[in-house]
Amino acid sequence: MSGSTNRYTVPPTVTVLTVMKARLVGATKGHALLKKKADALTVRYRQLLREIVEAKNGMGDAMKGSFFSLAEAKYAGGDSIKHTVFDNVDRATLKVYSSQENIAGVKIPKFESVSEPGETKMELTGLGKGGQQIQGCRKAYLSAIQLLVQLANLQTAFMTLDVALKVTNRRVNALENVVKPKIENTIAYIKGELDELEREEFFRLKKVQKNKQKVAAQELARKEAQAAEAAAAYDTGLMQDNTNGITSANLLTASNDADLVF
Amino acid sequence: MWGWEQLYFNIKDGFLEAIVRGHRGGLLTVPDYNNLTQCEALDDIKLNLTATDYGAYLANEASPLYTSTIVDKCTQKLVDDWNNMRCQADETLAKFLDFCTYGHMIDNVVLIVTGTLHERDVQELLDKCHPLGMFDSIATLAVAANMRELYRLVLVDTPLAPYFSENLTHEDLDEMNIEIMRNTLYKAYLDDFAAFCGKLGGTTAEVMSDLLAFEADRRALNITLNSIGTELTRDDRKKLYSNFGLLYPHGHNELSIAEDFDQIRAAMEKVPAYANVFNKLGYGEAQMLDKLLYEEEVKRCCACFEQQFHYGVFYAYMKLREQEIRNIMWVSECVAQDQKARINDGIVFLF
Repeated sequence: MSGSTNRYTVPPTVTVLTVMKARLVGATKGHALLKKKADALTVRYRQLLREIVEAKNGMGDAMKGSFFSLAEAKYAGGDSIKHTVFDNVDRATLKVYSSQENIAGVKIPKFESVSEPGETKMELTGLGKGGQQIQGCRKAYLSAIQLLVQLANLQTAFMTLDVALKVTNRRVNALENVVKPKIENTIAYIKGELDELEREEFFRLKKVQKNKQKVAAQELARKEAQAAEAAAAYDTGLMQDNTNGITSANLLTASNDADLVF
Repeated sequence: MWGWEQLYFNIKDGFLEAIVRGHRGGLLTVPDYNNLTQCEALDDIKLNLTATDYGAYLANEASPLYTSTIVDKCTQKLVDDWNNMRCQADETLAKFLDFCTYGHMIDNVVLIVTGTLHERDVQELLDKCHPLGMFDSIATLAVAANMRELYRLVLVDTPLAPYFSENLTHEDLDEMNIEIMRNTLYKAYLDDFAAFCGKLGGTTAEVMSDLLAFEADRRALNITLNSIGTELTRDDRKKLYSNFGLLYPHGHNELSIAEDFDQIRAAMEKVPAYANVFNKLGYGEAQMLDKLLYEEEVKRCCACFEQQFHYGVFYAYMKLREQEIRNIMWVSECVAQDQKARINDGIVFLF
């Protein structure tokens, strides 16, 4: 224990001890919760990683296929089909919508591709030559784009999750290695101080008692001496006046009793 | 008639026929393609092409080569050859050469018209046009704000004006699907070209009727194939077929009602010339049809070089060069995309 450096500077009192104990309970609970969250995120993270690898493998093939189908379309329809297609485009038939998904309290952006039906104008493109290839090419690229959106979705989720996971892990570690030891140290310190105080008090009381005992002993001695004196006087008085009686044990005349200390 | 043709042909057109036959000698041959298919990178393809007629065009290309660059340069070679011949041509031959390029011209006009409708930049559109289909007033096409104006101000002065005026009304220009318009124009063009060749007579008419009939039939086949499952009605479909060719008129009736590939096949196989093509095709293999048709076209084009004293060689040369450029594009794409297994699916050997 590095002593006073790794603890809160608080007055070592019972109230503070109660506060600190409450804080320790809070920190422990928080640590457990965050640990659970980190585990949940890790599970999701690994799952995403697997999906990304799969999607990327598929992506390579899909892209290769799409580009080759473009080459096929160019072969069948001539180079100019490119411009024909470009100039016939009014609006996008495939749109990407974004929404949010909640994983263990982490908000993750989610993309969805939605292809809008009703585009019949392109149906006749390449009617004279290469129409089928153009449609084939269109389909190939459509699936490639869907895969691309899916991959983007996964990658964004992965990045967000990565950051969230790092933050959570940092919090878990901070609680585990910094906050909790510090509180524990403080509690130990306060307990130590309180014990110390108690010991001091005990010692002091003992001292007081000892003192009292000493005083009482002195008193006793003095009384005994007095009694002896009185006895002597009695003896002489007896001789003179026997009716004097016993004066040594006269309660009325005794002034104060000593305090009782346990 | 034949005798006269042979007597007088060389007076005007002998020189150009010699030239076009010279160009034919420059077309890539089977060994060339074998070398090209062995290439591992686009630079190797460039290296192989350096030894051919394309050498001068590709020599100065910097190293990160793209397929489109190669194709552009090869097209440039064809365009230069063509313009050179066009400059030297005598009146009748010049007209014939112009006719050969009308197909591209239709594509360009349609391109500019669609571009204008979508408010694209004119210069950008002009860059996209096929160089063989250029004509002087093409840039003014974009000036017109609507279709009526377009026709009245611009198209009237182009060689394509009759095709527009005879086949399309003003309402059509506004409402018609651009693809149907393109094919209507193309049909008119093919009809007109066939009529022109018939008027020239002699060997030219004989050779060209064969080539154009094939072209018309192939378009009919493609239109049918590509319109299956679309909103194009049977009557509309039939209107797009040319009024000649081996399928005309009975084959067209059958094609116009065909609903799937097998019906098309049945219609086509009734013509002996196409039965051969379809025999090579297994059932259910519509993919290879394009290549087989290209092969058939190349065969016909090569055959027309066997005869002398006719204009068909010019048309054939253009078609062969275009096929060659397609081949080069295919090889380059296969090499660039590392799909060498499919490299032979697209090459049509010319000789």
